[in-house]
This record gives sequence, C-alpha cells and structure tokens, in this order.
Amino acid sequence: MLQQSDRLLLSGKEYIGLDRIDGPLAFVAKTHPVGYREIVECVDSRGILRTGMVLDTSADTVVIQIFEGTSGMTMPGTRVRFLGKPLQLAVTEKMLGRVWNGLGKPIDGGPVLPGDAEHDVNGMPINPTAREYPRDFIQTGISVIDGMNTLIRGQKLPIFSGNGLPHNELAAQIARQAKIRGQAENFAVVFAAMGVKHDVARYFIRSFEETGVLENVALFLSLADDPSIERLVTPRSALTLAEFLAYEKNMHVLVIMTDMANYCESLREISTLRGEIPSRKGYPGYLYSDLAEIYERSGMIKGIKGSITQLPILSMPNDDISHPIPDLTGYITEGQIVFDREMHARGIYPPVAGLPSLSRLMKDGIGEGMTREDHPHLASQLFAAYSYVKDVRNLASVIGEEELTPLDHQYIEFGKKFEEQFVSQKTGEDRTIEQTLDRGWESLALLPAEELHRVTEEEIQKFYGK
Amino acid sequence: MPERIIGNIHRVNGPVIEARGITDALMLELVAVGKQRLIGEVIKLEKKQAVIQVYEDTTGLAPGDEIYGSGSLLSVELGPGMIGTIYDGIERPLEELFKASGNFIGKGVISTALNRKKLWHFRPSASAGSEIKSGMILGTVQETENFTHSILVPPDLSGKIIFLAKEGDYTVTDTIASLSQNGQEIPVSMLQKWPIRNPRPVAERLPLSIPLITGQRVIDTLFPIAKGGTVAIPGGFGTGKTMTQHAIAKWCDADIIVYIGCGERGNEMTDVLTEFPKLIDPRTGKSLMERTVLIANTSNMPVSAREASIYTGATIAEYFRDQGCHVAVMADSTSRWAEALRELSGRMEEMPAEEGFPAYLPTRIAEFYERAGYMQALCGKPGSVSIIGAVSPPGGDFSEPVTQHTKRFVRCFWGLDRQLANARHYPAISWLESYSEYLADITPWWEKNSGLEWSKLRSEIMDVLQREVRLQQVVKLVGPDALPDSQRFIIDVCSLFKNAFLQQNSYDNIDRFASADKQFKMLKIIVEYYRRGVQALKQGVTLIKLRKMKVYQDIIKMKFTVPNDDTAQIDKITVRLDRAFSELENIYAAAV
Ligand SMILES: Nc1ncnc2c1ncn2[C@@H]1O[C@H](COP(=O)(O)OP(=O)(O)OP(=O)(O)O)[C@@H](O)[C@H]1O
Ligand SMILES: [Mg+2]
Repeated sequence: MLQQSDRLLLSGKEYIGLDRIDGPLAFVAKTHPVGYREIVECVDSRGILRTGMVLDTSADTVVIQIFEGTSGMTMPGTRVRFLGKPLQLAVTEKMLGRVWNGLGKPIDGGPVLPGDAEHDVNGMPINPTAREYPRDFIQTGISVIDGMNTLIRGQKLPIFSGNGLPHNELAAQIARQAKIRGQAENFAVVFAAMGVKHDVARYFIRSFEETGVLENVALFLSLADDPSIERLVTPRSALTLAEFLAYEKNMHVLVIMTDMANYCESLREISTLRGEIPSRKGYPGYLYSDLAEIYERSGMIKGIKGSITQLPILSMPNDDISHPIPDLTGYITEGQIVFDREMHARGIYPPVAGLPSLSRLMKDGIGEGMTREDHPHLASQLFAAYSYVKDVRNLASVIGEEELTPLDHQYIEFGKKFEEQFVSQKTGEDRTIEQTLDRGWESLALLPAEELHRVTEEEIQKFYGK
Repeated sequence: MPERIIGNIHRVNGPVIEARGITDALMLELVAVGKQRLIGEVIKLEKKQAVIQVYEDTTGLAPGDEIYGSGSLLSVELGPGMIGTIYDGIERPLEELFKASGNFIGKGVISTALNRKKLWHFRPSASAGSEIKSGMILGTVQETENFTHSILVPPDLSGKIIFLAKEGDYTVTDTIASLSQNGQEIPVSMLQKWPIRNPRPVAERLPLSIPLITGQRVIDTLFPIAKGGTVAIPGGFGTGKTMTQHAIAKWCDADIIVYIGCGERGNEMTDVLTEFPKLIDPRTGKSLMERTVLIANTSNMPVSAREASIYTGATIAEYFRDQGCHVAVMADSTSRWAEALRELSGRMEEMPAEEGFPAYLPTRIAEFYERAGYMQALCGKPGSVSIIGAVSPPGGDFSEPVTQHTKRFVRCFWGLDRQLANARHYPAISWLESYSEYLADITPWWEKNSGLEWSKLRSEIMDVLQREVRLQQVVKLVGPDALPDSQRFIIDVCSLFKNAFLQQNSYDNIDRFASADKQFKMLKIIVEYYRRGVQALKQGVTLIKLRKMKVYQDIIKMKFTVPNDDTAQIDKITVRLDRAFSELENIYAAAV
C-alpha cells in the first residue's frame, strides 16, 4: 500500500475521463489513494479550469464536488488532477479594496495577488482556553440595538429577516456607524454574498463608497447567477481572510454574510444528490455542525488585539422563525435581531421585533463604566413593559380599547411612544448611547413609577420623568 | 498489548472510516489512524472489515493509510489533578493542547489527562497486611484546599495489601500499593483507567430522599430535584437552558460539578473558565473552580468526540461518587449528542427510525440517565450522581424524538417557555408544563429543615397558579373588570408571586442564588399576603386598598434586598404585613 510520501509524488498525477457526473458531483474510479477533502483541478475538453473538493474517497471511487458546477463538462474529455492538499486561500492585507469570487479568485479585473500565507479555508476550531470573552460595547447608533440588543465586539449576531424587509439597509447602517467609543482603530469589513442578486452587492458597494471605506472592504461575491455550489466555500474563504486580518494583522473585522439561507439550500442540494438521510425539511442532519463551523469562526483571542464580529443575514422562509435555517442559526449564534413584517408595514424602521430579539453578550458590555449605570435595568424594564403592551393590545383587540383599565391605557400610550420615538429612526441617524437611554426613560415616563419593578429606587430618582 | 497495525483504510466519509484487512482488532478498541495518528475507536467489526469513528478532522486521510490498535478500549484516566481542568470530549486537557498547537486546536496531538510529573502528597489510611476489597480507600490526597481526593482500589481488583506507600509525595503513576490477587502481586498507582461506555460498579442503589438545593426558587420550591436524580431542561434557542445550568453549576450544594459543553458555543466555555475561578462557593468560601471539572466539545469541534463527551463526563462523575461525593453533571446539550449519533449512524448507512435518528437512540438515552443515582459506593460511603440534561428541540417543539424519549427516562422536567423568555421572565421554566416526581421523596427533608407547613404552602401557591390560568382565559374574552374582586385578587397574587419569587435574575449579586431558608420565608410571606388578603376582601376591604399597601413593594423587592445570611429581614416585613392588614381590617370593621 502507498504511504503518504508516495502520495505527494502522485499528487499532480492526471487522470483523463470521469466515470459519472451527477449535478455538481463528479466521480472518478480507480485513482491512486486520494485524501479526504483534497483539492482537485478539472480541465474540461474546452480547456475550462474548475476547482473541486473530495467529499468521499475509497479505494474504488472518489467523489468530487465541483464548485463552479458541471454544466458543459464531458465525461471522456475531462482531465482531473488531485493536488494532495486541502482547499487553501492565499491571504494578504492587499485583498482589502478588491472583489473576489467565492474561491478567492479576482473578479474585478485586478491582478491575482501573491499571498503572505496559504490558509486552509476550513479553518480550525479555536481552543476555548485561548478565547477572550467578548465584552467591548460597539455603538451602532441604532437605539433598538444599542439599548436593548447590544452588539459586542467579537459577537456573532444574525439578522433574521424576510423578503422585502430592510435587512440590507440595517446591515449597511451598522457597518457605517459601528464604533467603539473613544477609540480609533484598525478596522476592516469582509463581505460575503451568497446567491443574492447583483443589485444587493451593488447597494453595499455604493454604501461603502459613499462613506469612503471601500479600501477597507474585501468582497467575496457568489451571486444568484453563479454556480450554487460555489456558495458552500464563499463564507469559508471570507472567514479565512477575516481570521488572517484579525489574528495576524490585529484588525477589528466585521463580517457581513448574506444570505445564509442560500448557503443552506446549496448544502441541501449536495446532500440530496448524495442520497443522504435528511432530517427536517430535507436538510442534512449535519446542518447544525456545518453552520457552527462557520459561525464559531468569530470572537477574540487572548493576547491578540484583533477580533471578528459576525453579522450574518438570513431570510426566514415564509417568515417562519422555526424553519430549520433560522432555528439552527439561533442555536449557534449569540442572539438574534428579528424583523417583524407588521412593524415594517406600519412604517417603522428598523422593524426590529422587541421580544424575540436578543443579544446574549450584552450583559458584560453594558452598565457603569461601559455604557451607563442604568442601562441593564432600563433594558430589562423596557422589555417587561413592552411585553405587557403586547398582552394589552391583544386584549384590546377582543374587548375594545375603551374597555381597558386606565393603567392599561397608559401601557398602550407607552407602547406607541416606545415604537415611534425609541425604535424608529432614520437610516442616516446615528444616536449616542446616552440619547438612546434617555429616549428609553422618556417612554417609561408614561407609566406610573410603581409599575417599574425592574429598576431601583435610585434610578427612578435620577432618571424617571426627567 | 503493544501498538500494532490492525488494518488499513478503504474509505473515508467524514469522521467515519471503513477499514479492510482487519486482523485482531477489538470491538471499541482505541486506535490511531494514518500518519497523523488521529484518535479513533472501532465501532463495528465484520469479518475482515471494520468501521472506525475518528475523533479528529479527517482531512487528508486516504485509502491505504494504516490503522494502529492500542490494545485497550477508549478509556479515561482518573486520579488527582482533574479538578479545575478543562478537557475535550476524549479527556485531552485543552491547556496542554494549547501548549502543543496554540490558539487553534491542531490534529494528532496526544496528551495525557493527568500530569505525569506533578507530585501529590499521599497519606495512607488502609493498613498493610490487611485484606481490602475493590473500590475501598487506600489513602487520601489533599487535591485542593477543600477537596480531599480518596485513592481507591480499582474496581476490578481486591486482595491482601502487600505493600502500602508511606506518607509522602508521589506522581500519579508511582506505585503506592500492591495487592496480591490470586497469588499474583499487582501494583496500584493513584491513576486508574476506566472504559467510558461502562458504568462503574457500586455496592447498591439507595432510595432518593435529599434534595439537590440549586438556589433557584422555581426549581427548589416548585419542581425540586433529588440528589441522585435526573432532569431534562428542554427549550428552544435562547430560552435559558445554559443560564439555568450555569446557575446550578455555580450554586447547587453538590461537592463536585462535572460540566459538559456538548456541541455548544466556545464562548460559553470561556465564560465558565473566566467566571468560576472568581466566584466564591458560599459553603466553603473557596473558588467555585475548586469543585468543577469541565468538558468542552464545542459545536465546531469534531462530531464524534461530541458523541463520546457525555460518557467521559459520566465516568468522571462516577469516579468522584465512588469516593463518597455528591456530584452534579450538567450536559449541555444532549440534543447535540443525539445529533452526533444521527450523523455517525447516517454515515454508516444504518436504517434510520424517526427523523433520521437511529433506532437505538432511546436505548442510548436511557443508558446515559441510568448512570445517575444515589448509591452506596464500594468504599462504604454514600455518594450520588445527579444528571441535568439540556434538550434543544428543533423549533422549540417538544414533540420531537429526543425530548419525547428523554421524558421517558427522567423523573423531573423543567420545560422552558418561549413566551416567558420573550417577556424576559427568567428562568423561563413553565409552571404549567414542568413537573417533578421527586416531590414526595424530598418533602420530609423540607419539613424537617424548614417547617411542617412547607408542602401546604407549596400546594396552596400551585393551586393559585392553576386558578389564574383559567381566570386569564376569562379576562382575555371580557377584560379584567368583569371579574369580582376576589378573583382579580388571585390574578394580583400570581403577578406578585411571579415578580417576587419565580423570576430570578442570574446577574444580580443577591438574587442569583437563594438559600433554602430564604426561599421558605419568601414563599411563606407571599402565601400569608394571599391568605390575609382573601380574609380582608371578605370583610369588605377593597382591592384598590390591597394594591396600594406599602408593604407590597417590600415583598416585591425582597429578593434583591434580603441577603441569604440575613433572612430575619423577611420576618420584619412579615410583622409590617401583619400590622398593615390589621389596620385595614380595623378601619373596615369600624365602618361596618
Ligand atoms: N436566569 C436568568 N437571568 C437573567 N438572564 C437570563 C436568565 N436566563 C436566561 N437569561 C437570558 O437569556 C439569554 C439566553 O439564555 P441561554 O443562553 O441560557 O439560552 P439557551 O436556552 O441555552 O439557548 P441555546 O439553546 O441557543 O444555547 C441569556 O443570554 C440571558 O440574556
Ligand atoms: Mg445554551
């Protein structure tokens, strides 16, 4: 049997002809021993080069997933070369300001860059003992986020949205306004687009251009008309660059990935083709682990200045939050910003649903010395009061608003003010955290002080009705 | 058996490897695969073929690569040095992996679970020349300031003590005793190995009678768990499974905590690692880390090690139980473990049962929870393992297979409710869906410790909670004004009980943990308010007056204001409550 050393000699050996093509999968029989997840180059009879990855390897057959898709490939004429190494990305800081495809090849007409280093796009798990627990408050200037679902540097916080809702506007606004107060630091944005339309990519590019940060942005585009399999590697390429920038170049990297639902569709496509046993809605049983491999590539590492903050966007099929894609995402990420179609219809921007949205890392990043001492209790009080508003509104829809008790009326008024003055803001509006918190107290002023169980006596003295 | 080649790879499909040319592999044997020596386990044998599950990323493995057998089953090392350590799913210390491969976990890194160089101060307690049975105590090591580690005779050994080391410093592999068994002299060190998939033996199972006090009011007072019991916490994402488990791991009155992060977030383990050492155990005054063993196999770490991690955790817990300790095991989340089973089963092309899970899922769940119990350990002392397993049902729907099968094998159920979580009512444990079958077992303990009224107070408040549900249905149709004062008062009391008692803020320095005494007094004063209120209403006092009582605010805030070591403050509030009611009643009595 062959040893690893012999394999290296054989890597590069070329095979002519495929044995089977099935969707984006190509099968080659009787090869030398090929490594699992090894990278493959295929040149079809017209000389077009495609990249693939080994999904299954045995002494009899090798199964290759072709990222660019197989359309136009022929069985006999295709030449196949196994490269003896996993898929790698040549990374360099100079990738910022440029546009790449999902595999990291230039698509902006610019040159191929020699990388500082080659990194396996699959990454490696961060040792939990090496992680630094994230606790730095990022001011996005958006009240409903800063006040109630605070974003922390190194967090993974997805936006659960739906077709036609303004998730791109919100992501772009966050990218524009996000700052750590009192610090000017090395930052970069890595943007990964999977299966979205050209105008979405163009919207983001324009928004980056207008704020003059395009030089600090690397775009990895695998758009709707690109082969769907390429989407499987797009977020991995993007995160490989992000890890390099954060952990080797000490940059604070914001990674925006859209739309994760399209990524999951591609994964389902491959899984179905391979005849795997599906779990829910035809998605493979390993969807959770696969998404975790992506989302867990965020955070901070002890002794390293840089960080990776992830802002994945996903559209919930049918606005259903229990669909496997948002559901499994929610089980992995550190909270979620959930959009509400009904609020959007009422003209509220950003249409962030108050109750299902959550930031799990906010606890350590807010309060005295970080934002303001009243922040934790205020947020908790706003949640509690707003949740009661929802109950009262339900009741009012049954018995009629006039039948409500005087107290319940006060809650209705509070709910209105909260949505109109606190949640609502303009896409260009950048509020400081103090402005945000003050607006929170202004809404609470519509309720009697005895109702505010979650704030302390001193906080009421200092902030209530002021 | 020295390391030997047992066959080679035929096919690689993710973490599952088909091997051919198998010579003498053992079922469940620990193996090393390929040049990189990735750690794996033989999980199926058939003629000259085998299926091997690999505990590391298999990228680069290829057909023909050799497989080396270790001659032993996948086992964990047990002995001094585990406390305060964080391991991966197959008991490799993450600190050592960090030293070997840096910030990211590399492959093929071998590291022993217990430090071979460190010296431990051993004090013999058995006597040379005497007969000793398996599982009995040879001596002790003061492992941390608070924890005395008992060195046990391994469970498969017994006989006459031929040699027992003198008090002194030894490494875990030094011989500290030797026993003669069947005419053979067998050396014993402080390090034991035990195959993770086999439960360790005990003398006998004992009935459960003592609660595991968790410091969480909704749990201890409404849905208690007994020491040696099992409980499931199912809930959709973000409903509070991890927070509840962290809170229990911090404040419960167990001697040892084994926390298994099974397929969850890296940052959550980091959180434990940074927070626990700083927190002080109220019982011992020492850092909480000094009673904790962590096992971290996060969601992005290899899926087969995730499958192994809960057995690793259970075995470590049993080992401490065998020394006479009360151990609480947190497994977050058993659903990720079940999914690992599913993924491996799928890759082996086994016939699936429900939702792709293998047909043996219920058996495996049952086997895991069976490792809990209150036992007479072989050393003669009682010890217990309590298992608290989180369940992450897809879509938060409890009718899915993992929740349903788990429900069959646990006796306590803390169902987390999405609505409560969304309203930021934490812990979001639903009082309608949860139950505890341990109630009868542990009631005598509460009656003895707190007072005979405990179960009466508890059932009274449970009754109020049930009645409120029905009243709320009426309110939803006609509004609260349609109800008489006596019924609206029930709603008021419930709202008080939820705010003042059930909700508990893990981030508040006082509220995060309530002693049994504080819980009892809080329960009592709320029931007292209810009883007096009912009486007062009968005498004609109006609801408005009851609502405006100043003492109401004191009751609502007592969870934040009364520390565990000064519960007499609640007695003072009770006096004020009594006075306030008497005054009200006098006014009305005079008016009549
Ligand atoms: N007792 C509590 N006190 C205060 N906050 C809480 C409490 N329980 C839960 N929370 C809040 O809810 C959030 C989510 O809780 P947690 O991480 O435990 O959810 P989970 O059920 O483990 O979710 P997942 O399944 O996604 O891991 C926390 O970040 C915290 O903000
Ligand atoms: Mg959790």
